Amino acid sequence: MATIHFDGVGRTFRQGGKEFVALQDIDLEVRDREFVAIVGPSGCGKTTCLRMAAGLEHPTAGRVSVDQSVVTKPGPDRAVVFQQFALFPWKTVWDNIDFGLQSLRVDAAERRRRIEHYLGLMGLAGYEHAYPHQLSGGMQQRVAIARAYVLDPKVLLMDEPFGALDAQTRVVMQEELVRLARQHPRTVLFITHAVDEAVYLADRIVVMTRRPGRIREIIDVKSVREAERWDALPRIEDVMDQASFVHLRTHVWKLLRDQQSPDEH
Amino acid sequence: MIGPALPRREFWRLTAAGAVGALALWTVAALSGITPRQFLPAPWEVVARLAQLMVEPFVGHTLPVHLASSLQRFGSGFLLAVAVGIPLGLAMAWFPVLDRLVTPLFEAVRFVAPIAWVPFAALWFGTGIGGPVLIIFAGAFPPVLINTYRGAHNVDRKYIEAAQMLGAGAFRSMTQVLLPAAVPSIVAGLRISAGLGWQSLVGAELIVASSGVGYLMVKGQAAVSTSTVMAGMIAIGIVGLLIDMALRRLQARIEQRRGL
Repeated sequence: MATIHFDGVGRTFRQGGKEFVALQDIDLEVRDREFVAIVGPSGCGKTTCLRMAAGLEHPTAGRVSVDQSVVTKPGPDRAVVFQQFALFPWKTVWDNIDFGLQSLRVDAAERRRRIEHYLGLMGLAGYEHAYPHQLSGGMQQRVAIARAYVLDPKVLLMDEPFGALDAQTRVVMQEELVRLARQHPRTVLFITHAVDEAVYLADRIVVMTRRPGRIREIIDVKSVREAERWDALPRIEDVMDQASFVHLRTHVWKLLRDQQSPDEH
Repeated sequence: MIGPALPRREFWRLTAAGAVGALALWTVAALSGITPRQFLPAPWEVVARLAQLMVEPFVGHTLPVHLASSLQRFGSGFLLAVAVGIPLGLAMAWFPVLDRLVTPLFEAVRFVAPIAWVPFAALWFGTGIGGPVLIIFAGAFPPVLINTYRGAHNVDRKYIEAAQMLGAGAFRSMTQVLLPAAVPSIVAGLRISAGLGWQSLVGAELIVASSGVGYLMVKGQAAVSTSTVMAGMIAIGIVGLLIDMALRRLQARIEQRRGL
């Protein structure tokens, strides 16, 4: 069992003597092995939510807990996949994936087994001795995902992981992540501003409002996906062609559009 | 560089022209008699003296032996600076308390020229190896410390956050994140450091009794042999250049590996 709880979470910032509220009254439970995507306009505090679950930032009200214990600092039980990959440029692919395992003091044979497993799964076999700068953006993000999954963390936190990738690579990565998520179900909190991506990947979508960030609506995608058998479709474009998909996407779009300020049509 | 880059051939031609020009000026000055010989020896006299010093001992040793003993002192002082400067710089970047404790003190002390330590070096170490090592250390230490600290301090936050979420503690964060992130800056610091350390050598060898290029030059001065002093200067220049070339090569290799 691995869950993430946001209980009455708020976050206020002080800037130039003025206080402003970035997040307010966030109550959310990400259930065990559930894939939850948070979408919202930029500046709504969705990344802050993820960073608080990671222990990289702290709420000014309420609390965030993972598996009943309050999050106070970062740790390998809550692996993060960053938008900017954050691979160590001075380490090879292998050593990047190995870094967290070494912190956990996993023995050498087991480390080797797990690294090889994820190298294969993420299509990275043959690249283990390459340095990050020798890889494309998509390949780098595969390494970052492998680095997170290999730790067998309680929860996975993904902060717009495909935001820095080009459109084609992005689609491939989304398909791969769906495959990975179905093969190795994990509790995932996924931040994105791409509505398609959220509807395609998530079991539930949390739509947030513009500043102060609050939860506008939580949408259940999983029941629709299972009823309409999306997973039986091999390609993302087939899924996106489904009336049920289009319907959900339009619904989320409308919710977001209401948030748009007049200068961003 | 601000102007347009020079073609490679042009680059070497200008380098050669500069060297030949300087040599020509020196020759003319020596031949014309504007400068008395005891003030400025002629180039061929210096070359002859240099060749002579290679095989004939002066104040106890040949030039290569003097050089070897200088290099040994330089190596000790430089390695000591590296051994203290790198760990201290990393620790200062990681622990703000240490940064606060050391920085103000260091910022004041680093303006004291290495040669100013001569009286204390002599007092504390007599004529032993400790004195010159202290002076070379005083020259070489600040750039290593400053560059390590700056390189580590300016590491991109995302790498620190990645290390934290991957469960790294203080030691692993310093050795596996701060240190490699700071390497390009550290190597740049080592070049400055080696230069300043090697420059401090003559000062360091003022208080050494028996060997070294600085010692050779001091004795040459005492013997009013300007060609010996000049030969020592040339030897220092050439070895300094070689040390810098070696470090520059190291720097290029590291940058290439990083894809910079």
